[in-house]
Amino acid sequence: MNFLRFILGCFKIIFSGSRVYFAWLFFLLMMIIWGGSGYLNQLENGLIVTNMRDSVSWAFYIGNFTFLVGVAAAAVMLVIPAYIYDWKPIKEIVIFGEILAVCAVIMCISFIVVDIGNPQKFWHMLPGIGTMNWPASILTWDFFVLSTYFLVNLTVATYLLYCYFYKKHYNKSIVIPLVLFSIPMAVGIHTVTAFLYNALPARPFWNSALLAPRFLASAFCSGPAILIILFQILRKTTKFEIKDEAIFKIAELMVYAMFINLFFTIAELFKEFYSHTEHLLYWKYLYFGIGKNTELVVYAWSSIIMSIIAFVIFLVPKTRYNFFTLNLGAILIYSSVYIEKGITLIIPGFTPDTLGQIYVFVPSSTEIHTAVMIFSLGFLLFTFIVKIAIEIIFEGYSIDSLKIKKTKQYIDEKELTSINN
Amino acid sequence: MQQENNAKKSRRDFIKKLSIVTAGTLALASCNSPGFDEFLQGNFKTLSKKEIDKIIKNLEKKYSTKYGKEFKVSAKPAIDGTLFGYALDLSRCIGCRRCVYACVGENNQSRDPQIHWIEVLQMNKEKGIDFSEANAQYNPDLVPEEGHFYLPTSCQQCRHPQCTTVCPTKATWQEPDGIVVVDYNWCIGCRYCMAACPYGARHFNWAEPNIPDEEINPETHYLGNRPRIKGVVEKCTFCIQRSREGKYPACVEICPVGARKFGNLLDPESEIRYILENKRVLILKSELNTQPKFYYFFGV
Repeated sequence: MNFLRFILGCFKIIFSGSRVYFAWLFFLLMMIIWGGSGYLNQLENGLIVTNMRDSVSWAFYIGNFTFLVGVAAAAVMLVIPAYIYDWKPIKEIVIFGEILAVCAVIMCISFIVVDIGNPQKFWHMLPGIGTMNWPASILTWDFFVLSTYFLVNLTVATYLLYCYFYKKHYNKSIVIPLVLFSIPMAVGIHTVTAFLYNALPARPFWNSALLAPRFLASAFCSGPAILIILFQILRKTTKFEIKDEAIFKIAELMVYAMFINLFFTIAELFKEFYSHTEHLLYWKYLYFGIGKNTELVVYAWSSIIMSIIAFVIFLVPKTRYNFFTLNLGAILIYSSVYIEKGITLIIPGFTPDTLGQIYVFVPSSTEIHTAVMIFSLGFLLFTFIVKIAIEIIFEGYSIDSLKIKKTKQYIDEKELTSINN
Repeated sequence: MQQENNAKKSRRDFIKKLSIVTAGTLALASCNSPGFDEFLQGNFKTLSKKEIDKIIKNLEKKYSTKYGKEFKVSAKPAIDGTLFGYALDLSRCIGCRRCVYACVGENNQSRDPQIHWIEVLQMNKEKGIDFSEANAQYNPDLVPEEGHFYLPTSCQQCRHPQCTTVCPTKATWQEPDGIVVVDYNWCIGCRYCMAACPYGARHFNWAEPNIPDEEINPETHYLGNRPRIKGVVEKCTFCIQRSREGKYPACVEICPVGARKFGNLLDPESEIRYILENKRVLILKSELNTQPKFYYFFGV
């Protein structure tokens, strides 16, 4: 009953707001409908309306999936300093990292669902009713860790908001173990996602032990970058509070991640280009092109260059403590990692294909539509939950707010009856 | 231990019953349409003989109505003491691609969009077997072309297939006679197997497969050449509908230069054994340890 009232309160928050808020919702809704038309087309005609073919059998969808797993995992970036070092300025914003993780995981699973040929048969891989190929198939592991990570973060975020809503103190013996558990889980989801590609000898481009470490390093760059920008927007537009100190601390932690990310990239490039084996083919296609096929070259280099510039911006204290350059750096590193995971990770794994044939992949309009649909859905969900969190944590929305309205209504009714009489 | 097993069993029974009840309710709600039966059908490997017979009967009826021809769908299991192997004579192959089209016809591969289980690669004689030099799109008036040789590829029927390991639903597996098969009804279309296959042997139905009625082959096997559906993966099965009946695969029969050999690796008198004994063979990408049962050799 108490929980129902909490849910009711959440709904009330969602359905009230400023004009800008509703305009934003309207925009997202339009995007969902526009994108959804593409996905309907795909459901009707099959994946033929994408530009994936037998040669490049995974592409844009799986790239987005991989990127978003990174975003989801990066929530841990905020959790570690907050809880392990008990660093207060970050602690109250940890919940926003967890909300981001929840929404990112939902988007991840959506990208998997739109990528599979028969989504209605998804239950075949569940244990009990289906024949889950566990532990052999890494995909089943990925499904397992992603759902666990999702549930843990959802539980913590909901529980914390619930306590704030009832003005209770949260039970530390419930929250702390769950939060601590979510740290290895965050590392786990990205590691397992890397293992998905990593251990396929058929694809030399991914068959490197550095893949999982690189995934983690890049995730710890892109995830906090989103949060840095998001916190500033929320601080300007709502009563959300965060000290500059906390933002700069996150930026400082990102410097390490950015350095490690660049270092891993260089280490891998050196090994591939200096040893010059037949596996160089994929790297050659990515960075220089093969013959006339130079489709990915511009992406590959822009990702690296953006990553270097962002690193310099974050490394030099003068630019790190300046909000203009800090935001520029955050956008650069975010774009760099998005290109790296979304475009230059999956496609070169398949180009050239296992028989040496080159099929040029560029996402079709259906794939763009579908991706827009999923991102808009994710943003919509994220907007809702963040709005709930801000009103409950920073604007004092609580169970009393519900009660006050009820009493008011009661008085109004009383007045009405007395007037009628 | 016994108790533990019992506990496990009863839990599994409970889940089974629960799923049956749920399934039953759902089935009732949908007025027992055959499409829904198909939707609820389990993994082929978990079905009883009775269930298989019923499914086969329904399928034969469905295909017969769809294509206007009497259909046979076999579910013949592997014959004891057989392990199929294949050998291809690289010095004889002229790259005519007759095998490709014989395979398409025999195995009911979609014509539009086109699916080919066999891909013939044109290689540069000076480079040897080097996939980065291979050309699958060669199209001269006359083959073979000067300076080139031809390497047809298809499923290598690995002893250690990675495609079956990665499948999240156990929808693909290796049969006792060594053939790697797919249960098209169970495949969810995630294409992980395609990423894992080092030989490009797996193909996806990106759209609803399309075969003209007059070209359909009604002699089919459940795990082989029966008509497929949109969104599932398919692959060479050594013509399971023929090889389990003691016939050669279609590509072996059609080859005009006799470059293709096929037989039972466990039979010392077989042609394939003769080749392994008397010719020196090679396998593709041996460094990956997939251990194919598809051999290449130089006969002359």
